[in-house]
Amino acid sequence: MLSLIDGKGRIFISAVLVVALGAVMLNAYTPTGSSFHVPDYMIGLIGKYLCYALLAISVDLVWGYAGILSLGHGAFFALGGYAMGMHLMREIGDRGVYGNPDLPDFMVFLNWQELPWYWNGFDSPLFAILMCMIVPGALAFGFGWFAFRSRVTGVYLSIITQAMTFALMLAFFRNDMGFGGNNGLTDFKDFLGFDLQAAGTRSALMLSSAAALIGGYLVCRWMTMSKYGRVLAAVRDQESRTRFLGYRPEGYKLVAFVVSAMIAGVAGALFVPQVGIINPGEFSPANSIEIIVWVALGGRGTLVGAALGAVAVNYLKTYLTGALPEIWLFALGGLFIAVTLFFPKGIVGEIGRFTNLIKRFLKPSLPSMEVRND
Amino acid sequence: MRDLIKFVALFLSALAFASVAAVASAQASETLPGLTLLSEKSASKRAKGIEQLADSGHPSAATILNAMAEGDLYFRKRDNQLFIATGSGDAFVLTDPVSLDEVGTASGKELKKVRVNNKLRRLIRGFLGGLNLTHSDAKVRLEAASNLLKNPDPDQRTILMKALEKEGDDSVVRAMSLAIAAIDIRPEVPQEKRIAAVTTLGDSDASEVRALLTPLTGDAENDIEVRQAAIIALDAVEDRLVLYRAIGGVFQGISLGSVLLLAAIGLAITFGVMGVINMAHGEMVMIGAYVTFVIQEAFRSAAPEYFGLSLAVAVPAAFLASGMIGIGLERSVIRWLYGRPLETLLATWGVSLILQQAVRSIFGPTNREVGNPEWMSGAMELAGGVLLTYNRIWIIVFALAVLFGVWALIRFTSIGLEMRAVTQNRRMANAMGIRSARVDALTFGLGSGVAGMAGVALSQIDNVSPNLGQSYIIDSFMVVVFGGVGNLWGTLVGALSLGVVNKFLEPVSGAVLAKIIVLVAIILFIQRRPRGLFALKGRAVEN
Repeated sequence: MLSLIDGKGRIFISAVLVVALGAVMLNAYTPTGSSFHVPDYMIGLIGKYLCYALLAISVDLVWGYAGILSLGHGAFFALGGYAMGMHLMREIGDRGVYGNPDLPDFMVFLNWQELPWYWNGFDSPLFAILMCMIVPGALAFGFGWFAFRSRVTGVYLSIITQAMTFALMLAFFRNDMGFGGNNGLTDFKDFLGFDLQAAGTRSALMLSSAAALIGGYLVCRWMTMSKYGRVLAAVRDQESRTRFLGYRPEGYKLVAFVVSAMIAGVAGALFVPQVGIINPGEFSPANSIEIIVWVALGGRGTLVGAALGAVAVNYLKTYLTGALPEIWLFALGGLFIAVTLFFPKGIVGEIGRFTNLIKRFLKPSLPSMEVRND
Repeated sequence: MRDLIKFVALFLSALAFASVAAVASAQASETLPGLTLLSEKSASKRAKGIEQLADSGHPSAATILNAMAEGDLYFRKRDNQLFIATGSGDAFVLTDPVSLDEVGTASGKELKKVRVNNKLRRLIRGFLGGLNLTHSDAKVRLEAASNLLKNPDPDQRTILMKALEKEGDDSVVRAMSLAIAAIDIRPEVPQEKRIAAVTTLGDSDASEVRALLTPLTGDAENDIEVRQAAIIALDAVEDRLVLYRAIGGVFQGISLGSVLLLAAIGLAITFGVMGVINMAHGEMVMIGAYVTFVIQEAFRSAAPEYFGLSLAVAVPAAFLASGMIGIGLERSVIRWLYGRPLETLLATWGVSLILQQAVRSIFGPTNREVGNPEWMSGAMELAGGVLLTYNRIWIIVFALAVLFGVWALIRFTSIGLEMRAVTQNRRMANAMGIRSARVDALTFGLGSGVAGMAGVALSQIDNVSPNLGQSYIIDSFMVVVFGGVGNLWGTLVGALSLGVVNKFLEPVSGAVLAKIIVLVAIILFIQRRPRGLFALKGRAVEN
């Protein structure tokens, strides 16, 4: 029986806690001029990275452990974000540009008379939070139900998940959909009555993201460590053989897919109040593919690696798009190629191989698993 | 009678005056009946002048009347000589109204405008119509007849009948008969004639016909027989209109399908034959488009007179450029990733980002102007207002030619044979002495090169920007997956059917929704037939 939190997990959870709590402390208790001071924008940035890390973990659950390369996870993230964005729009109330208490600004602008039915209920934050899991989960369930049952696998599955997010992007770009079209949802004022611009709210949101990341990690860890996770890995490695042994691969894959979509939805929901906008661009297929490289860089099938990769790539992105915008796409493209060609196991995988080598060097008498495989 | 005498007197004196003037200035070589009347003060005399001028049938008459209606007709104050004058202030350029030669300049003070009122304008327009009906250019005659069909004018009927008798051109004859029919459907006309006119109109595809017939089918029409004839005629017209719309829709669908086909053929080779998910495929298309741009620029600066040939040069150049890049890509990246399709997907995505950014750095992020050569511009009009633009027609032809070329290459050449051998059984092919690594590189190069050629065609109808490829990549994958992997005919059928379905949905649902519907339909279709329309059967499937 493997423990839920292994060495890597311990390092990961402590690192998240130290960074999140440390940043909040430094933000609140050091003076603005001090060199230890963490500015407000940095809190938001860390919060954003944490959301991306959670998203990466959700992708790793399906890609690393179920062998489903989803090129549409950005869609689940965006749907979660939209669910939260809708609640935040409702919280604006009559403080919008048009001052209409019943309708968001963009609906007033489009001359709509009443709220579309699917906006009902989003006045309640609890409902919105539920929806940011239920909507992506339901979509994943419907999509996965059909796809896994018809045994659409591998590349074909990747391509239709990409088609799914592309179709959703086109749909959300339409003004008639009632989600703000091109501009998406923005101009949020507050959440649960707290001003979104206030440092305290930002810190709280960032801490919630950290908590969600640790929670999401534990859920995925628990799933993959259980008996269910063993079968899932078997499905990933030899689907037909697992089927012949009497398991139903589609059920196992479906559970992973739905849970993963719900986690992605939560990540999106936490992302939106910290960034202040959600628009259809989040559905773009390129975004979803980018998530894959986070996971690949960090180390597929390690959960911790996915989170690490997300933070590393996004830090690089923040730095490069600011300092050398021309270079960013070259760097990202090069990263894709380098990771697949030279580090197929990712950072965490390579570190693991390295430590194994050292261990073997220190205790040469220990019989090694790798040797027997040859 | 008095008028007549007055007129003759005036005419004679004018003639005398004109001859004097001709001697004096040697400018007016000839005069026309009624011309001198145009400078008269009295509007009725000017009207008479217009009439005589029009009846003369002189080739310049139309020009003079036009100039008069436009306010460009002047007479010189000192000798009442008429001129068509353009300009302002001190610098009017004078044109002799008869010979239409430029005869000098004059200042505004020397000239006086020939005045026109609305009544005269109407008169001129009427006569102009008649004049144009007998014009020497068939196009002008056709336009005049069509104008009369749009605004049927009973006063023009006799002129039309006269013109029709002399008319030799078939399309003008049809247009004139329609114009007469449009006049004849008025309630004042005897029943027989009206019914005949309605039948004539009902046989026509002109777009005005519906508007002319519709009032006759309602209660406002008292003559039951005419009403019935009109209803039958209108039905026939509308039935044909539906047919033409359908033809237009099919053409647009095939046109879109051929674009998809072009974008997808290359992918059908790299993905279908080799099993490589090449996400950089769209960028190969984009590079082909930029090659076209570069070659056109070279033509523009070096040999603008041969600009029409630029595309003929661009096609092989794009094939080579994209093909070479493809071979380089295969040798450096993809060959390490065979058998791991998902990894190839990621690596080639990285390549696509790099290529996009490279092109953006070299050519800038904005759209580049790629011209249509003359033989590709313009459109062919079918009956019922269906337009077939030449560039779309050429793209359909080009797409089919490319498809055929690729098929023939794979089917009949030795390299094609080797490609098929390696696809079917790599190790056996190796054992037979085929250098499979070389075949892989060439196959990938072929797929990329075909994508480059697609880029040449797409540069003619789409914006050439670094993002060009991105907009086609998802569609191309859809086509290949829908049609069935490893099957060129599947790609053809897939592309054309997606194109046609898309274009038929568009009028009903709007372009974006049509696209969404098609995407969802494909996603559902894949569930039913995971291997596409034309699936490979047997053992090859499992690998």
